[in-house]
Amino acid sequence: MKKNEHDRRNLMGLALGGFTALGGLGALYAVKRTWDPLPSVKAAGFTTIDLSGAEENVLNIEKWRGKPIFVLKKSKDMKPDDRDVIVGSDRFHISIGLCTHLGCIPAYISDEKKFKCACHGGEFDSSGHQTFGPPPSPLEIPPFKVNGTTLVLGEEGSEFLKMKAAGIIA
Amino acid sequence: MAKFEKAKSVHEWLDQRLAINTLQRVLSTEYWIPKDINFLWAMGLVLAVTFGLLLISGIFLLMYYKPDVATAFDSVNYTIMTEVGYGWLWRHIHGVAASVVFLIIYIHMFTGIYYGSYKKGREMIWISGMLLFVTFSAEAFSGYMLPWGQMSYWAGMVITNLFSGGSLEAYGLVEWIRGDYVPGDAFLTRFFMLHVFLLPLVIIGLIVFHFGTLRIPHVNNQEGEEIDFDEAAKLYKEGKKKESKVIPFNPVFLSKDVFVLGIYFVLFFYLVFFHFEFAMDPVNFDTADGLKTPPHIYPEWYFLWSYEILRPFSKDIGLIAFGIAQVALFFLPFIDRSPNVAPAHKRGLFKIWFWVFIVDMIILTILGKLPPQGIFNDLGLVAAIVFLLLGPALVVVTLKEKKL
Repeated sequence: MKKNEHDRRNLMGLALGGFTALGGLGALYAVKRTWDPLPSVKAAGFTTIDLSGAEENVLNIEKWRGKPIFVLKKSKDMKPDDRDVIVGSDRFHISIGLCTHLGCIPAYISDEKKFKCACHGGEFDSSGHQTFGPPPSPLEIPPFKVNGTTLVLGEEGSEFLKMKAAGIIA
Repeated sequence: MAKFEKAKSVHEWLDQRLAINTLQRVLSTEYWIPKDINFLWAMGLVLAVTFGLLLISGIFLLMYYKPDVATAFDSVNYTIMTEVGYGWLWRHIHGVAASVVFLIIYIHMFTGIYYGSYKKGREMIWISGMLLFVTFSAEAFSGYMLPWGQMSYWAGMVITNLFSGGSLEAYGLVEWIRGDYVPGDAFLTRFFMLHVFLLPLVIIGLIVFHFGTLRIPHVNNQEGEEIDFDEAAKLYKEGKKKESKVIPFNPVFLSKDVFVLGIYFVLFFYLVFFHFEFAMDPVNFDTADGLKTPPHIYPEWYFLWSYEILRPFSKDIGLIAFGIAQVALFFLPFIDRSPNVAPAHKRGLFKIWFWVFIVDMIILTILGKLPPQGIFNDLGLVAAIVFLLLGPALVVVTLKEKKL
């Protein structure tokens, strides 16, 4: 092959390769977007919980965005914590009920006043702080808004924003 | 156009157009296998046939399975198991084969390690085999999601959470993989697609590639002897079969293979008909429930060793250790610094290394099934550290090894 023919072929190859790569990138973006959660999944977002009937040291599990939500009314002998949600004169522990290790649901042992995860042995106290095992961080607090004696999950209320500003919620 | 003469038979007609005589010669009757082998050399065919069984049983399951969170569980446990004629047979073949295939894969891998069949020109055989192992693992995991029982759901939850990368907290990536905040309908359907289409396609391609990698370096033998295949083949073709060190793949090697296959089938179908329950976790006979974690989550037995490497450490270190364990074996041909291709019992310290490796894998597997409490945690930590140290230990052991 003559040299100048070779160069012309190279140029055509580069041009073809470049446009193909461009199209490939576009296709990859489409692939990425297809795997994204659907708008309807994202929008199914708000859950209201009535806290007036809650009993002390009894764990209630609610559901929000498919995840379990821990609602625990603290008894007087439990240590108050900055992470508590205060409703009237009562303190509540509210968190996403998934172990921060790998997402199993810890069980609440009311006698010991702590959460224990069966998967890898992690433990959390009644304020959601990790006290034993592999969990790297406290139980996560979902976005919430206090509305009288009810709680709206999925909405960032003033108490939630205050916690966020204080650095309690990452 | 090429010139074609009138053919005298169908065979000749096909040969003119497809060169089937040449194909048959190159791929089977003159594809040479060493004589000095044992039954462990039949595991390749056993694996190929087991994959065939998975494919065929899978096709029949596919006709009644419904990839939808509302109907998946019943389509398996009610429709296929009680209504479809012989539906139970396909399910039990599929479940048993999915479990047994990993047993054979492990035997196949350990055979390769024992006889040094991964070095001196055979590196690509090992690497393509490891690619198959990883793809089979993904295939097994995605298939485990489909009955949508409690173990399906929670295994899906735990394994996808691994992709958050520990302290990297990449929950966006996890939600992207699931297509939801938790494993749901989008998750089930996409894993269904992976399980019945994309991954089997990749596996078939990799099997062809794996066969291709054998072509030039040839199959290893019991002594790791370097055979002059051209010379040995010449002797065989001259009728000096006794003097020749090789046999043709078809029909001689294949007849040995089929004998081993016969024994394997007796055991396999014994399991399918009388002991299928070992492959059917009772927890997975409860429908998936996102608000109730089963008291003890564990993977199928073939993933237990790597699960146990994840478990005894803190989250980030556990993930790193787990990551290393997943990819370390890929590098085996390059970690082994010894030039010797020989069975482990002739390689001094390597023999001890090999058996420590096997025993450690078995200990990790047993511990992975036990609840994460007390002494089991400590034992698990020791076994996991031993596993991680086996890599550097192999470099030292093989560097010191005498050339045979």
